[in-house]
Amino acid sequence: MKSKRPSVTQNRTRPSTGASRGASFTRRPLEPDSSRQTSPQKGAIQTKIRFADRFDAYVAHHSTSAIDSLLRLLATPFQSLMTWLVIAIAVAIPAALYVGFANLQQLGESWEGSSQVSVFLRPETSDAKAEEMRANLSRRADIAKVVYVSPAQAITEFKAQSGLGEVVDSLEKNPLPGTLLVTPRLENGSDAAMTSLEQSLIADPAVADVRLDLQWVKRLQQLMILGKKMVFGLGGLLALGVLLVIGNTIRLSIENRRDEILVVKLVGGTDSYVARPFLYTGLWYGIGGGLLALVVLGLGFIWISSTIEQIAMLYQSNFRLQGLGFFGSMQMVLLAGLTGLLGAWIAVVRHLIQIQPR
Amino acid sequence: MIRFENVSKRYDNGFDALSHINFFVEPGEMLFLTGHSGAGKSTLMKLIMQMERPSNGQITVDGQDLGRMPSSQIPYYRRNIGVVFQNHQLLFDRSVFDNVALPLQIAGLSHYEIGRRVRAALDKVSLLEKERLNPIVLSGGEQQRVGIARAVVNKPSMLLADEPTGNLDPELSEEIMTLFRQFNEVGVTIMIASHDVELLKRMNKRILGLVEGKLVHDGVLW
Repeated sequence: MKSKRPSVTQNRTRPSTGASRGASFTRRPLEPDSSRQTSPQKGAIQTKIRFADRFDAYVAHHSTSAIDSLLRLLATPFQSLMTWLVIAIAVAIPAALYVGFANLQQLGESWEGSSQVSVFLRPETSDAKAEEMRANLSRRADIAKVVYVSPAQAITEFKAQSGLGEVVDSLEKNPLPGTLLVTPRLENGSDAAMTSLEQSLIADPAVADVRLDLQWVKRLQQLMILGKKMVFGLGGLLALGVLLVIGNTIRLSIENRRDEILVVKLVGGTDSYVARPFLYTGLWYGIGGGLLALVVLGLGFIWISSTIEQIAMLYQSNFRLQGLGFFGSMQMVLLAGLTGLLGAWIAVVRHLIQIQPR
Repeated sequence: MIRFENVSKRYDNGFDALSHINFFVEPGEMLFLTGHSGAGKSTLMKLIMQMERPSNGQITVDGQDLGRMPSSQIPYYRRNIGVVFQNHQLLFDRSVFDNVALPLQIAGLSHYEIGRRVRAALDKVSLLEKERLNPIVLSGGEQQRVGIARAVVNKPSMLLADEPTGNLDPELSEEIMTLFRQFNEVGVTIMIASHDVELLKRMNKRILGLVEGKLVHDGVLW
């Protein structure tokens, strides 16, 4: 024993007001390595850690937590894959529907330009009569433009576009009627105005039928808005499912590491220090699920787009199925990752904070 | 260093673990806490560690009133206290080195500094050559020494030990006590809970005796 040490332990029955004795006692910090007695680290021990070191350690803990939690997931590949698949399916379903609707909308938009009224004339109407009708209609205030397509023009166009030329040639007489393509003025685009235009057009005895292309497009648009709402609703529900799956998975892994959490908290680990690996785990679950969903979507896209291309070819259309694109894909993965992070955060708040050393 | 003023602890189930405890521990003191199991030794330690809050009274540690400490400060407060448990509380998913390094990683020391301090602490408990092993392969006494290395690696000003020799034979207990005494000699305040009467006699230090939550003895052996 060293003689330096004041013999504080000899005064056994001192009253609890022995603070003045304590004041004269100069405590020296613990120096486990006695060869380093001259170390400048002596003094108020904990507070002397340089800020730069603290920051480095903070960054280091982030990266070790990120890597460590990813390695933990990969250490149990089957289990992790199951969770990733569940998330992937939950992400892929709304994403696929979204892509489908985006394509429909694209199709709808190309039709929207043809906001015209097709006025089919009776077959016996002569070109001269039709030309006269065209001139009359062009003068109306609610009509912007009228184009006359004669039966001869129509059949030529049809032959060129449908690829059914030989069939058409074999017909004895031209089955197509003459058509006036009426483009209404945009400011008169209301439903009532369109109906009155339709009625005044059909009143002409030479007119066989009137078709409002726009109305059809509008109905499609309304249906598409409904469909989109359903996709978002479904997406929301499935996102909730992802939150619950990840939350539950994280809860289990918190339970599995309970001992470690207790020890870390006992030796001074803050709540955020303890939570960090679990938050990263949630992020990895989300991002992994998102990437897997991307693979699922990609495979489905390849599988379906060749068929779509064939159909489009048959219809002489140059319609191409549009995928999510690079940014869309990244957004999806990011969104899945954030959902995973949120799920983990909920689990951490609910369970991790409650684990306190007892 | 530690001051208890009229401290009582009643658990939610109505059990009075401690009642009206008063004592003062000087900085750099080494003392024992004794009593039968259930007498309140562990509760007293937990109050100092802020694992429990007192129902009544005031606890001051190192000039800080624990009752006024916001819970966000508790982790930082704990970094200044080393704890040794009867069951070691080592983590068997990592090496001896990583177990001892844990408090330093949490405190945010540099990689180099962690390596230096962990080896110094392991050297102190004569386990330097076993740093790469998993603690599960170590003997009970060695595991306890790893626990001690972890408790002191952060150079705390205070060391709490709850039945540190509980499962060890007298020879190993002596070894552990020698370690504690060495730490005490460099100024660390040390409080050891033990019901091992033989050990208390041998050590001949100040003893706080608890019976059913009351402090019935304060001084050298009765």
